[in-house]
Amino acid sequence: MRDFALLYAELDDTTSTTRKLAALENYFSTAAPADAAWAVYFLAGGKPRQAVPTKLLRQFAIEYSGLDDWLFDECYHAVGDLAETIALILPPPAQPNEIGLADWIELGIAPLRGADPDSVRTALLLYWDQLDTRERFLLTKLIGGGFRVGVSRLLVTRALSAISGQDSKLIAQRLMGWTDGSVRPTAAGFAQLIAEHSEEEHAQRGGQPYPFFLAHQLDREPATLGDLSRWQVEWKYDGMRAQLVSRDGRNWLWSRGEELITERFPELAVLRLPDGVVLDGEILVWHGGAAPAPFADLQKRIGRKTVSARLLGELPVVLVAYDLLEYEGRDLRALPQSERRAMLEELVASLQAQQGAPQLRLAPVVQADSWEQLAEIRAESRARGVEGMMVKAVDAQYGVGRTKNVGTWWKWKIDPYSIDAVLIYAQAGHGRRASLYTDYTFAVWDDVRDEEGGEGGGQRKLVPFAKAYSGLTDAEIAKVDHAIRRTTIEKFGPVRSVTPSMVFEIGFEGIASSPRHKSGIAVRFPRILRQRHDKTVEQADTLDALKNLLVAP
Amino acid sequence: MTSDMVVVRKEGLYCVPGQFYIDPWRPVERAVITHAHGDHARGGHQHYLAATPGVGVLRSRLGPIHIDGLAYGETVVHNGVTISLHPAGHVLGSAQVRMAYRGEVWVASGDYKVEADSTCAAFEPVRCDTFITESTFGLPIYRWQPQQEVYDDINAWWRANADQGRASVMQCYSFGKAQRILSGLDPDIGPIICHGAVQTLNQVYRDSGVWLPPTVMVADVEKDAIKRSLVIAPPAAAGSPWVKRFGDFSDAFASGWMQLRGARRRRGVDRGFVLSDHADWPGLMQAITATGAERVIVTHGSIAVLVRWLQQQGLQASGFDTEYGDDEADDAAPAAPEAPAVPEAPAVPAAPAAAPGGSDA
Repeated sequence: MRDFALLYAELDDTTSTTRKLAALENYFSTAAPADAAWAVYFLAGGKPRQAVPTKLLRQFAIEYSGLDDWLFDECYHAVGDLAETIALILPPPAQPNEIGLADWIELGIAPLRGADPDSVRTALLLYWDQLDTRERFLLTKLIGGGFRVGVSRLLVTRALSAISGQDSKLIAQRLMGWTDGSVRPTAAGFAQLIAEHSEEEHAQRGGQPYPFFLAHQLDREPATLGDLSRWQVEWKYDGMRAQLVSRDGRNWLWSRGEELITERFPELAVLRLPDGVVLDGEILVWHGGAAPAPFADLQKRIGRKTVSARLLGELPVVLVAYDLLEYEGRDLRALPQSERRAMLEELVASLQAQQGAPQLRLAPVVQADSWEQLAEIRAESRARGVEGMMVKAVDAQYGVGRTKNVGTWWKWKIDPYSIDAVLIYAQAGHGRRASLYTDYTFAVWDDVRDEEGGEGGGQRKLVPFAKAYSGLTDAEIAKVDHAIRRTTIEKFGPVRSVTPSMVFEIGFEGIASSPRHKSGIAVRFPRILRQRHDKTVEQADTLDALKNLLVAP
Repeated sequence: MTSDMVVVRKEGLYCVPGQFYIDPWRPVERAVITHAHGDHARGGHQHYLAATPGVGVLRSRLGPIHIDGLAYGETVVHNGVTISLHPAGHVLGSAQVRMAYRGEVWVASGDYKVEADSTCAAFEPVRCDTFITESTFGLPIYRWQPQQEVYDDINAWWRANADQGRASVMQCYSFGKAQRILSGLDPDIGPIICHGAVQTLNQVYRDSGVWLPPTVMVADVEKDAIKRSLVIAPPAAAGSPWVKRFGDFSDAFASGWMQLRGARRRRGVDRGFVLSDHADWPGLMQAITATGAERVIVTHGSIAVLVRWLQQQGLQASGFDTEYGDDEADDAAPAAPEAPAVPEAPAVPAAPAAAPGGSDA
C-alpha cells in the first residue's frame, strides 16, 4: 500500500507529464504483479463501487478522532474531501504494516461490502490504525468509492509500453475492458497486459471494443484546413457514443466510458450483424422524423438498466453508424477513413436490404462545394437536432484516444446558447478547488405575479435556473471568490447566498422544459462564458428571454 | 467588560491604560510590534517598540524608524502598564506582549509556533489572566510532523534531483521560513543558492548570531554546479526569468497550507512540504492551556471554530476582528488586492501579482 500511496502522491502533486510518467514506470517495474494489476485498474479509470456508506465512514471517523460533529464538519468544509478529512484528523497509526494493494482490496475492502455496521466499525478502526496519513487517505477513498487520480489513461498506456517494450497501441487495445468491473485484476492479467505480442491475441479478445478515437475542438476558421475534398464531413450528433461489437454470434454494446450497456438497449442487442464486425457510432432516440429527439429523451433510456416494453415503444433508439473498425474479424483501423467509409456504406446497405434493420442508420456525409457553403449548411444544425459538424481527414486512420498522429477528427460545433445571468449562490469546490468558492448558482429575472395571477406591479425577482462550475481561469476565480466573501448575506453550511452584484454570460448546449426545476426549464452543459463587467444586475436577462430559446431553432 | 485592558480600534489592538497599540494596521503614535512580517509591522508609526533581536529585521524592512529594542523578559513601564516581551518562536525577534496593570495580566501572542527551531528563540508560555491568541491553523486537520522529518524529506528530494542533474527550486517566504529551511539543509548535497530577497534577510540572521549554512548568489555558481543546487526563492519569483535560468528544475513549496491536497494542487509544484511557522491545532491547545488563562480572545484565522471549541472546554472565549488575515485565513482564499498581506500568502499560481507585499510576508 505504501508504494501505491507514494505513487499516488507523486502523480497528484506534480503537473509535469514527464515526472508522472517516470513515477508510473518506476512503480510498474518494481511493484508485485498482483498489486500492479490493481494499480492499472484504478489508474486507468476503474471505479470501485462504494463498500461502506458515507454516513458510516463519517460516524466511525468522528468516534475514532474524538471530535464533535460540528468540528468534523468545519474540517470537512476546509478540506473539501471526506477521505482526506478523515485521514488528517485521526491520530497517527500504532500498528503500521506492509500489506500490499491487492491484499488490501481483496481481503481488506471486499469483505466490508454489505457487512453489518459493527463488523465494519471493527474493521475500519483497525485499518485506520495500520496506515499513515497518505495510505489512510487512499484506503478511505477506495472504500468510499470516490477514487480518482490525475493521470490520463494514455499516460498509463505509455508507462506500460515503456516497461514492456510493446507498442502502446497494443497496450491500449489490451486495456479495453480492464476497468468495467467484469474482470478481476490479477497477477496473470497484468502479465498478459505487458506480454509479447501473440498470434492468438485477437481470438482472446471476446467482446472487447477498440479504444475510441476522439475528436479535437476546431477553434479556427475551417478554411485553414485546406482543400475540402480532403475532408469527410458529417453531422455531430448529441447522443451517446458507442461501439457495437459482433463476434461469436452475439453483440456487445460499449459506451465511451467502457461500460457494457448492451442490456440497456435491447433493440441494438438483437441487431443481426455478420460475425467479426465492430461499428462505431452514436446512440440516439429517434422517432422517425427528420431529426433525432433531444438528448433529454435519451437520458431517460440511459438511466434505465431494464427497459419496459412501453418505454421501448415511446423512446426507440437507433445507432447512427459512422465508422467500421472491424470486418470479417479483421482490424480495419489502419485503413484510411475513405476506405472504411466505403466498406461501412456497403455493409449498412446490405443489412438494410436483407433485414430492414430500422435501428441501424448510416451517418450521412454532408456534401458541399466550399467551406463557405458548408458554413451555411452548418447554420441549420439546431433545426436538424445536431451540435454542428464532424470534419474527418479522408486519409485518417482510426487512432487511439485524442491523438493526431495518424490523422485527425475535428468537431466543428455551433456556438452554444447564451444568456446573461446573475450569481446568487456560491459553494466551495472540491479537490483542487477546496475552500475556494467555485460552484455557482445563476438566476434570471422573473416577474412577480400577484395572487390573481396578474403582474405584481412590475416587481421582479431572481429565479435560479442553472449551476455552473467551469469556464473561469484561476485568476478570475480568485476575484470572484473574494467578491463572494465580501458580499455574503448568509451561510448555509458550505453554501453562501450573496448580494446579487455579478453578471455572467452562461453558455449551454440544449434547453428543455422541466417541471422539476423552479424556473421550469433545464439546460444542458451550462458553463460560464465570461463575466459581464459591462452589465449591471438589472440588465441581466429575464426568464421569458430564456424560455424563448425553447422555441428558437 | 468596559475595563478590558486591550480592545480593538480601527487602528488596531489598543492597550487602553497603556495608550499604545499592538501591531496596528493604521499609523499611530506608539506601536508595540510582535514581529516583522508585513501584516504585523507596518510603516508610518511615530514610535516602535520591539524585541531586541527583531530590531535589525524591522529596520531592514521599514527603513529609518524611531525604534526601541527590549530584551526578552525585561520590563518597561508605560502609563502604569508594565510591558515585557517573551519569545513567540515564530521568526527572528518574534515576541508575545505581556501587559500587567493593577494586578491583572494580559498577553497578546502575535504569531507563534510551539516547536523550537534553531533560527529564533523558542516559544515560552507566559501565565496570564487573558490570552489573545492567533488561530491561523485553528482546525484539527492541521497537525505538523516533527520538523526534522520535514527537513529529511526536503534533503531527500534535493538529493534525488541532484543525482539526476536537476536543480531544486524551493519557494518559500524570504523572512523566517527561508532561514528555517536553510537551517535544516544538508550542505554536502550541493550549493545553496538564494534569491536576493532571501540573501538580504540571511545576512540579518547571521548578524544576530544565527548559524545558517553557506549560501551563494546565482552569479557566483559555476553552470555545472547549478544542476546540483538547491535554490531558495520567494513565491513571487516563480515563472520569472530569474528562475527560468535553472532550466529543467523540480520545484517545491513549503508552507503549513501544503497540508491540504487542494492547496498543493493549486500551487502546481512538484512537491508541497508541510512546514509552518505557526502553531498547529495541538500546538494552539498546548499554548492556551500553558498560559492558565481563564479568558481567551481569538484573532486572525479560524476564529469561530476556536472560540466555540474553547467555550466547550469551559473557557471564556471570544473573538477580535483584526486585519491580519481574512476571516477564514485559508490560503485557498486568495489575497484580494485590497486585503492586507496574509501571514502565509495564498497558494494560487496566478496570485503573486495580486498580492502586493504578501509574497514574502
